[in-house]
Amino acid sequence: MSDTLLLATRKGLLTFRRDAPGSSGVGWSLAGEAHLGNPVSYALARGDTWFVALDYGHWGQKMSRSRDAGRTWEDIPAPAYPEGAIKYDVWKGTESGATLEYTWVLEAVGNRLYAGTNPGALFTSDDDGDSWQIVEGLWNHPTRPKWMGGGKDSPGIHSIIADPRDPLRMWVALSSAGVFETRDGGVTWATRNVGMRNDYAPEDKFPDVGHDPHFVMPCAAHPDVLWQQNHCGIWRSTDGAATWTDIAETDGPARFGFPIAAHATNPDVAWVVPADSDQKRQAVGGAICVSRTTDGGKTWQAQRNGLPQHAAYDIVYRHALAIRGETLAFASTTGNAYLTEDGGERWETLGQNLPPVYAVRFA
Amino acid sequence: MAHVRFTRHLQRYFPALHDQEVPAATVAELVAELNRRYPGLAGYLVDERGALRKHVNIFVDRDLVHDRAHLADTITAGSVVDVIQALSGG
Repeated sequence: MSDTLLLATRKGLLTFRRDAPGSSGVGWSLAGEAHLGNPVSYALARGDTWFVALDYGHWGQKMSRSRDAGRTWEDIPAPAYPEGAIKYDVWKGTESGATLEYTWVLEAVGNRLYAGTNPGALFTSDDDGDSWQIVEGLWNHPTRPKWMGGGKDSPGIHSIIADPRDPLRMWVALSSAGVFETRDGGVTWATRNVGMRNDYAPEDKFPDVGHDPHFVMPCAAHPDVLWQQNHCGIWRSTDGAATWTDIAETDGPARFGFPIAAHATNPDVAWVVPADSDQKRQAVGGAICVSRTTDGGKTWQAQRNGLPQHAAYDIVYRHALAIRGETLAFASTTGNAYLTEDGGERWETLGQNLPPVYAVRFA
Repeated sequence: MAHVRFTRHLQRYFPALHDQEVPAATVAELVAELNRRYPGLAGYLVDERGALRKHVNIFVDRDLVHDRAHLADTITAGSVVDVIQALSGG
């Protein structure tokens, strides 16, 4: 059970903590603020060491670290692209020098940190962010000239997944290219998009690369089970991303959306936060729901208890749904945040006047 | 030696920053010297290749720098350099 929730927002890092037993209210309260006034793209906690990616707009992408669970912060370097790194723009047909445009996601695997960035690169740090190294094997992937922007102008890495059984094995997901896997610690990478369907492609709807995974998350206890909310629906793999099966609802709301959360121990359980469609990126029918499957995606149940059911237009970003045990929390770009302690049977309102929320993560 | 003036927005990240005299023959040298005086400041003005960030402008005697990629624009004794940013966002 986690007692701390981090919200990376357009106006800073907000920390919520579980109230002491017997307190009134929803059970969680705002307990801390940091980097107020600055956009926080992502927040990661590894014990009491916290990291945030900061988007200073005109002044560039920055990174900050706290050694005391968010009380004090220090600047650390942001990832930097190596000299001579080339950025491909498939829309313009141009090549130019690659520089850091955005830090989209951070992940900790043991003592190693990973950063997923735009234009699509993976960086590692073995000194808690004091220095960063680009993963050349992925950056030099032969398919990279075909990677496209998705949501942002340039391709970006938003999902970083380690295999707890094998330190050399890892998956990443890129918008827009698809899922990639390495089995040799990042030296070589293979595409893992068999079964994925690319509805928006005019001709080849089953390409090797060109897919738009929105977020990919594994079942921690069964790492070969991976869940993927994609631009074109929802997919699940039971063979370590070798093949994917379409599990989206044909009639219900569980289809389009950005985040997906996998249960840590039950490989048949996952949640999504449905949005209307690619064309209407907002709550379905003006009502916010979370959809849960408990049978590996064969069926979905819309959870609405405690969530607004009229005049709601929220969209929830890919990193803005968090899970820890049976506790889930999500927040929208219109500043509404909700939390459940029972897997979604009952949702409580955490906040309604928050800044646009980019990421929600348990510490 | 140039007289350098800064947008107040930068004081949010560098509270001690103030208008000052900086010895430099080019804008690139000026940015390097500023980074010695305020470690990390260069990263706010230029990217990892040393190119001026898209929404940052540096004026030398009221002229926008011409060489945004390398900041080779020259500075003469008594030049006034302004470091400003575009306004946007909400």
